[in-house]
Amino acid sequence: MRVRVRVNGAWRTAEVWPGASLLALLRDALGLCGSKNACEQGECGSCSVWLDGELVCACLVLAAQADGREVRTVEGLTTGEDLHPVQRAFVEAGAVQCGFCTPGFVVAVVDLLSRDPDPDEPRIREALSGNLCRCTGYQKILDAVRLAASKLGGSSP
Amino acid sequence: MSVRTLPVTRGGIGESVPRVDAVPKAKGTFLFASDLWAEDMLWGFTVRSPHPHARIRSIDVSGALAHPGVRAVLLAGDVPGRKTYGLEFADQPVLAWDRVRYAGEPVAIGAAEDPETARRAGERIVVDYEVLPAVTDMAQALRADAPRVHDFGNVLRHVHIVHGDPDAPADVWVEGYYETAVQDQAPLGPEAGLAIPAPDGGVDLYVATQWLHVDRQQIAPCLGLPAHKVRLHLAGVGGAFGAREDLSMQIHASLLALRTGRPVKIAYGREESFLGHVHRHPARIWMRHGARRDGTLVCVRARILVDGGAYASSSAAVIGNASTFACGPYEVPNALVDGTAVYTHNPPCGAMRGFGAVQVCFAHEAQMDRLARALGRDPVELRLRNALRTSSVLPTGQVVRGSAPVAAVIRRCAALPLPPEAPPAGRGDPRAYPGGCGNVSRGERLRRGVGFAVGYKNIAYSEGFDDASAARVRLRADAAGPIAEVRSAAAEVGQGIHTILAQIARTELGVERVAILPPDTGVGSAGSTSASRQTMMSGGAVQAACAAVREALFARVRRSLARPRGELRLAGGLVLLDGEPVGPIAAFLDEPVEAERVYHHRPTRPLDARGQGEPHAAFAFAAERAVVEVDEELGLVRVVQIAAAQDVGRALHPQSVQGQIEGGTAQGLGLALMEELQLRDGRIRNASFTDYLIPTIADMPPVVSALVEEPEPGAPYGAKGVGEPATIVATAAIVAALRDATGRELNRVPVRPDDLAGLAPPVAPVAPPPPPPQGSGPEPVPWAHGLATGQHELLQEPAHEGAGEDPRPWERTRGGTGS
Repeated sequence: MRVRVRVNGAWRTAEVWPGASLLALLRDALGLCGSKNACEQGECGSCSVWLDGELVCACLVLAAQADGREVRTVEGLTTGEDLHPVQRAFVEAGAVQCGFCTPGFVVAVVDLLSRDPDPDEPRIREALSGNLCRCTGYQKILDAVRLAASKLGGSSP
Repeated sequence: MSVRTLPVTRGGIGESVPRVDAVPKAKGTFLFASDLWAEDMLWGFTVRSPHPHARIRSIDVSGALAHPGVRAVLLAGDVPGRKTYGLEFADQPVLAWDRVRYAGEPVAIGAAEDPETARRAGERIVVDYEVLPAVTDMAQALRADAPRVHDFGNVLRHVHIVHGDPDAPADVWVEGYYETAVQDQAPLGPEAGLAIPAPDGGVDLYVATQWLHVDRQQIAPCLGLPAHKVRLHLAGVGGAFGAREDLSMQIHASLLALRTGRPVKIAYGREESFLGHVHRHPARIWMRHGARRDGTLVCVRARILVDGGAYASSSAAVIGNASTFACGPYEVPNALVDGTAVYTHNPPCGAMRGFGAVQVCFAHEAQMDRLARALGRDPVELRLRNALRTSSVLPTGQVVRGSAPVAAVIRRCAALPLPPEAPPAGRGDPRAYPGGCGNVSRGERLRRGVGFAVGYKNIAYSEGFDDASAARVRLRADAAGPIAEVRSAAAEVGQGIHTILAQIARTELGVERVAILPPDTGVGSAGSTSASRQTMMSGGAVQAACAAVREALFARVRRSLARPRGELRLAGGLVLLDGEPVGPIAAFLDEPVEAERVYHHRPTRPLDARGQGEPHAAFAFAAERAVVEVDEELGLVRVVQIAAAQDVGRALHPQSVQGQIEGGTAQGLGLALMEELQLRDGRIRNASFTDYLIPTIADMPPVVSALVEEPEPGAPYGAKGVGEPATIVATAAIVAALRDATGRELNRVPVRPDDLAGLAPPVAPVAPPPPPPQGSGPEPVPWAHGLATGQHELLQEPAHEGAGEDPRPWERTRGGTGS
């Protein structure tokens, strides 16, 4: 079937199998591999994207459900060489190891800070508990969130 | 008086510089193996056995081949070369032919135009099985009447260590039985790779692996191709933790690419990932500790059984480690250790972070706490009293020659500040109580406990294996100045070795621009990214290659100088003579300078029939203290804090060292509290992230870490590997804290809510420990025991110019085990 989705501001059209997920559409049909495929059942958050501004796991959304709607992925956070302040914080805090979970975490953190610019630690842990990381033990990810919040104007140190 | 600023090179060792790959990973532009794509690419699929043991009567592939879009289906008969492969013993079929030995074993492969067609084609392959009796219990496997997994029997390896007088009398004895479950590495990136057929009849394979050359060593014979026609390239690796030491889809994708003449990608989903890689060995451990009244250890007796599953993988080395580390980081004058790895019809087990030391640490640390209780002594003081140090003799007779700051590690850990007390019931944020965001408690029946554990691990390969790493360094100049190019086959799996190699090149060559070239088999083997070895081994190779480049450059510089005597140095992009700049480095680089070197660690020796030898090259130690809160009614746990002290030799990148401690601790916490690959009758029951739980950010406590820096003599910059020790001790420390909180025995991990709430008794052995088997297994431990296949390739390479000039004995050129 044919689906038409506005991805990171541009309308894209693709032919997909009716059972294809939004994640498969992004990765296999549109070549946007920043959203990762670690569990494909909504447990790990590696494929976090925005669908009409709402944070979703792209693996749990059918491509057909996204037809005619707005999708924003990690690739849409910046253009060219620029880094989003959250991405910069992940780099500086040492929150990146293998990096497979990183794009999903970055999207989830951008989403959190857009709704709560100055989250306390329990709030951060709750908001990110749907994103799995197997490398870091999460401590440097917490550091990155606090660093990004302070850079973005919240009052966290 | 003028003040002269000495030139410095930024970004060298000791600095927590940004990782070389952090920016693309944060942007989502870093390509992992599962992201690869090629024009005209096919998607491979694998058909796996549903039975743990069965004879294959027939396989009907006609339905799959008739399916539109299917381009090939291959069976065992289509494997042109050797039919089996394996890290230590080539006992694992590329595709099963007459019988299958575990549920999940590959039986057929195919390739189709798209992933959905591939999935459906796999379902149309009909395999007629005659189900056979299976042995899926590790103790049962040792019985004479057990079904045989292989013709030579079910003993994979037996290790027997006798030290001193195991019948030595002691004032106090304590005894315990312990079990550890099957743990999965669960790297976030599933197994994946892309095979592209080459015009020369060979294949280029882009794959996520831990050791390119040992993969090729196994792949090429199965493809019936010479090694040079099988070129491996490291694709982005989404974590490894041991799961990528064994082959998964490598041979399959290559076979399909060669058969179809088109690029073939195989990317496992999560369920297939659980089926397609080895796991941490489950263990049953019986231990008896004897001590004098004053707390001095007199004797340890240990019987260890681990389940290797259907194929050997690295089980022989794992049981070697479990046996040699069974007594813990303590001086034990008398010991008797019998460790057995058995074959069963369970999925194969192999390498996972900690590699045999995790299981025995859980047991020996529980024993030390038992002993402290029996003696009425402080558990930390008891550990200090018996701590290993340099010059201590291990149960294998090996003398600890390197740094062994065990007492310092224990003291530093114990001195880290404790967390504040829990808020009174009903007063705290519900998220701060066990159950957390589940909002199940207000902290009414909370008990806090504190536990302590110490452990250790060998760095690099052991038991006589001539472990080596090659690296090539090229120093050249362009319009922007000098640049060093580092070529190493070391696999970056997330731990940060590429950043470390760049830091070493900066420090050694005084240039800030360093390019790490993509790892492939076009350069000598770097050995495996495992055993916490790459910083020492590939770091050593890059350091040596840089030193050779530097000396060649200095020869050039001296020829151009009027006064060539004096000390030459490189720093900040300048050449310095006795501290005075003589010119930019780039000025001496009309021609590039290049050198390749191979680094070897100190020779080790295999164990003899009584388990005596010098099996390990170097050791790293760690201690952790866990503070937990247990809700007695719900059996739920919150780990409040982990305090960690680790012997790191020297921290080359402190932020990454902390990251390894924190991440390693998380995996240890997982085994303590939640991670268990559940097997029933040989079948995995929870092959998904919904059912196999790994710690989330809500499960992880703050980890407070202290780095103990006592340089390792002979190692580059004195640095030790740091990847594994935290994983080893975290499980033991957390369970010790749970025992302290609840008073329960808790002798099996993962600890479940039922165990904590008192609904389940401690596990008891179903039988007394099985007697040691006759003989050591199908093959005696060979001279190059442990991943010897990688050695063959190194030995085949021509000797490098200038190799062996360095007088340091551990940088021998090649060949020999030094025994």
